[in-house]
Amino acid sequence: MSQKEYTDISSIAGPLLVVEGVEGVKYDELVEVNVPGEKAPRFGKVLDIAKDKAVVQMFAPTSGMTAAGTRARFKGETLKLGVSEDMLGRVFNGAGEVADNGPELVPEQRLDISGEPINPYSREFPDDFIQTGISSIDVMNTLVRGQKLPIFSGAGLPHARLAAQIARQASVKDGGDFAIVFATLGVSFEEAEYFRREFEEAGALERSVLFINTAADPVVERISTPRMALTTAEYLAFEKGMHVLVILTDMTNYCEALREVSAARKEVPGRRGYPGYLYTDLSTLYERAGRVKGKSGTITQIPILTMPDDDKTHPVPDLTGYITEGQFVVSRELYQKGVFPPVDVQGSLSRLWSAGVGEGKTRADHSSLKDQLFASYATGREVRELAVVLGEASLDDTDRAHLKFATAFEAEFVGQGEYENRSVDESLDIGWKLLSLLPRASLKRVKADLIKKHMPAVTNEEEA
Amino acid sequence: MTNSQETTQAQTNTDVATGVIERVTGPLVRVSGMAEAKLYEVVKVSEEKLLGEIIELHGDVAAIQVYEETAGIGPGDVVYRTGRTMSVALAPGLLESIYDGVQRPLHKIEAAAGNCFIKRGIEAEAIDMLKMWKFTPVVKVGDTVVAGDVLGEVQETSVIVHKIMVPPTEGGTVVSIESGEFKVTDTIATLKRADDTVASVEMLQYWPIRQPRPKAKKIFPNEPLRTGGRSIDTFFPIAKGGAGCIPGPFGAGKTVTQQGIAKYCDAEIIVYIGCGERGNEMTEVLSEFPHLIDPNTGEPLMKRTILIANTSNMPVAAREASVYTGITIAEYYRDMGYNVALMADSTSRWAEAMREISGRLEEMPGEEGYPAYLSSRTAEFYERAGMVKTLGSEGRTGSLTVIGAVSPPGGDLSEPVSQATLRVTKTFWSLDSDLAYKKHFPSINWLTSYSLYAPNFEEFWAREIAPDFSEVRKIALTLLEKESSLLEIVRLVGMESLSNSDKLVLKVAGMIREDFLFQNAFDADDAYTPLANQYSLLKSLVTFYELGKDVVTKEEFDFKTFAEIPTIAEFQAIKGNLKATPEDYQSYQERISTDISALA
Repeated sequence: MSQKEYTDISSIAGPLLVVEGVEGVKYDELVEVNVPGEKAPRFGKVLDIAKDKAVVQMFAPTSGMTAAGTRARFKGETLKLGVSEDMLGRVFNGAGEVADNGPELVPEQRLDISGEPINPYSREFPDDFIQTGISSIDVMNTLVRGQKLPIFSGAGLPHARLAAQIARQASVKDGGDFAIVFATLGVSFEEAEYFRREFEEAGALERSVLFINTAADPVVERISTPRMALTTAEYLAFEKGMHVLVILTDMTNYCEALREVSAARKEVPGRRGYPGYLYTDLSTLYERAGRVKGKSGTITQIPILTMPDDDKTHPVPDLTGYITEGQFVVSRELYQKGVFPPVDVQGSLSRLWSAGVGEGKTRADHSSLKDQLFASYATGREVRELAVVLGEASLDDTDRAHLKFATAFEAEFVGQGEYENRSVDESLDIGWKLLSLLPRASLKRVKADLIKKHMPAVTNEEEA
Repeated sequence: MTNSQETTQAQTNTDVATGVIERVTGPLVRVSGMAEAKLYEVVKVSEEKLLGEIIELHGDVAAIQVYEETAGIGPGDVVYRTGRTMSVALAPGLLESIYDGVQRPLHKIEAAAGNCFIKRGIEAEAIDMLKMWKFTPVVKVGDTVVAGDVLGEVQETSVIVHKIMVPPTEGGTVVSIESGEFKVTDTIATLKRADDTVASVEMLQYWPIRQPRPKAKKIFPNEPLRTGGRSIDTFFPIAKGGAGCIPGPFGAGKTVTQQGIAKYCDAEIIVYIGCGERGNEMTEVLSEFPHLIDPNTGEPLMKRTILIANTSNMPVAAREASVYTGITIAEYYRDMGYNVALMADSTSRWAEAMREISGRLEEMPGEEGYPAYLSSRTAEFYERAGMVKTLGSEGRTGSLTVIGAVSPPGGDLSEPVSQATLRVTKTFWSLDSDLAYKKHFPSINWLTSYSLYAPNFEEFWAREIAPDFSEVRKIALTLLEKESSLLEIVRLVGMESLSNSDKLVLKVAGMIREDFLFQNAFDADDAYTPLANQYSLLKSLVTFYELGKDVVTKEEFDFKTFAEIPTIAEFQAIKGNLKATPEDYQSYQERISTDISALA
């Protein structure tokens, strides 16, 4: 492998570097760039190679680089990350370097951070119920092991606390804790520190790997940070048999970094200036989750993104929603009412819920109870809107019962608080208790025998 | 026009190294030294032999889209030509397969890679070349056959007989044909052509994916594809041989709807293309279909299914090819005289793949960066659907129904892919995020969806189901429309201000929505309702309205008493009774009549 150095740099613009007169350079190859007067090299990769001209995308900022004197060395391999089991309990920066004053890592393997697509034939369908201890998730939008389920949030909403609560409380029937791989992408120092402290307090730090890229760190570095996190997760899950929970925050910053590079390359933009390949690019991250045949480990992914102006149709949440298996939506309305965790039950969705519920997983009544709660809550909310326009006096008894139900549902079922960890049985029982506020005739989705078995005796249907 | 002789011969061609790479940008590679190459020729890139296809030629420079990851490829690497255009292998053994976008069986990729990841440069035969199939001739020596005629049959799976046809460009007198056990590459018959040359016919044939397979003629589709979905079959049906689209924002249930159709529709062959979608969705189909029983044959669904899985993270160029791979296989079974249904989920990802390649080719972009040829490519694709008289002297009738999912960004249908698709499809299932938000599934909006095929089916419905089918359907649709305008009024002034006849409309329309249109895809009993039962259920609901409207308008009538009649509460029970006979429905409708006349 020739590792010649080149000094003919014809342009430096944004994160891009053009190197001329190169020979034998390959697409996607890693490039080591030495800037005069600096000890540590900066890295980049080949984005476009035409004959003797290579366009290099830098992972580190290009500030302070000079066209003269800067040397580019083509490494003949793609960007790799050294991984080992000792990464657990450690903190790395966004470029994958040790950032906790601990000893350097002795890698067991060096892996390409882009990974390879999982063969759909080799996948196994995720169907192990994860108990998050949060009723609005466990009962209404069930999470399963190997699922990718993002949190859609907005500016000023407590998505970090929700994600931390999930990470703290998540457990599965066959026991065993999740190993947590956590990556921050351009968030504030406080938010990164919040997570670190949460993990520490929950005693989860020694089973966590943290990659920290804050808002102060280089933007382009953010493009490789999630890939490093996922490479680590794949190693821990598929080589070491661990159940891994990956949390990436905030994906909106990642997409903006991608947009920056795309703009620098003068590509034809898609919606809102994001590159046309944003969907494909995001899928190469989100699809690195799941279960595969013959491996005991799994990867569950919870990316967090903030929707600009709470707009679900913005390209970032939109394209994410098309790839992931549902979404948890953080509700501004509930948060303002003081409900925690403020999960928008109706707007959220878990596409894999049906695989995770029922006899042997949660409880036989789960599915119909969930349907009924959804239907009754939807009716309750419609009644609430009606009451705003027409006044409560115009409501009949059934309407009033639904209104009462919707309010109680939000307060008791959804609003359980930050530190209450409910078993799924408890959550389901609360659901039944709330249904007893409603007249029997309006319970169309639950069968009579289930009502008999689970509905608490105190009901107000006689008076209805 | 490619003739089969050329294609077969080309398959055996040894690869010739001719080109040298000039430039690599993502999945697009420019290669010089390709003066003799032809458009859409398959090439192998670099010593790793990555599969690619020529998509543009300028002098001796070819633009090649590579169907695999191009990391590590660079200028100076060689490119091998194969001499053949991008084709699919057609032979017994297609059914029950799961392929990637360029027809490589995923299980063979797994075996070759040795782990769960897709390694590149893996060559895998689409068809098992060693498997022996029992071939039974249906023609004899001395018979004269033309293109498309059936030479013999192979029992491919327990439900499907694979017909071995004379290739579209062959014909002549049968010189030899034998029954027995053969590999797909064995000669099963020889024909003497009109010019006295001899053609040997194998079970294995190839066909270029971008070229529609020939047919004698297209015929007008006038029979509905029955899917068991109440909202689809009764209100917005699609024809066997029709083209339909399902646009909708994420979470609105596109995939569940498509999978529902794939599971229960009365086509004999299903081709399901997962084009740039989730890996787990394909896994779900793979783990579910072998266990689900086809209501039409009583056999596992997998026996009639072919899956093409090119998930979102698999190479983007192969995604572009996947829809063509799928539709060519589908046409091949159509030519045998089968009703084939093809689902493409999602055609937006296909269009995005086109956009990505187009961008790298530095073409002048059209709307939203999509290439200017987006709408013509889309139209060409959907036009491959149809009910046809096939080639051959007997002229079999076959159909290919194409149902494409569209994923409009933000659910906004004004974007180019949705618009290009709407122009060429005749059934439009409009998935509605508000309905999905309220968990009303399938979230097919009954006010905005349409089927231009419905008028063609009136005769079919009257003949096969009931003389008043169309009438019942129209009344129900009218009720739903009236309901939506009445609900506007209710929102403003409340329920009390409505007249009794309006209240009746709301009551019955509400039942149509909640008890008829709402259908639980996860409940095995509810997910499939035979067309005759759909009619009976809807007829019962319409009966409430038809008989009720005279009663409730009587003076001093208290509408509450109508809402409390027992037959309304009974509806759930009769709907849940899968064994209910037409007589049961008859007697139920009579009881409705009794209940209502008791009110008068």
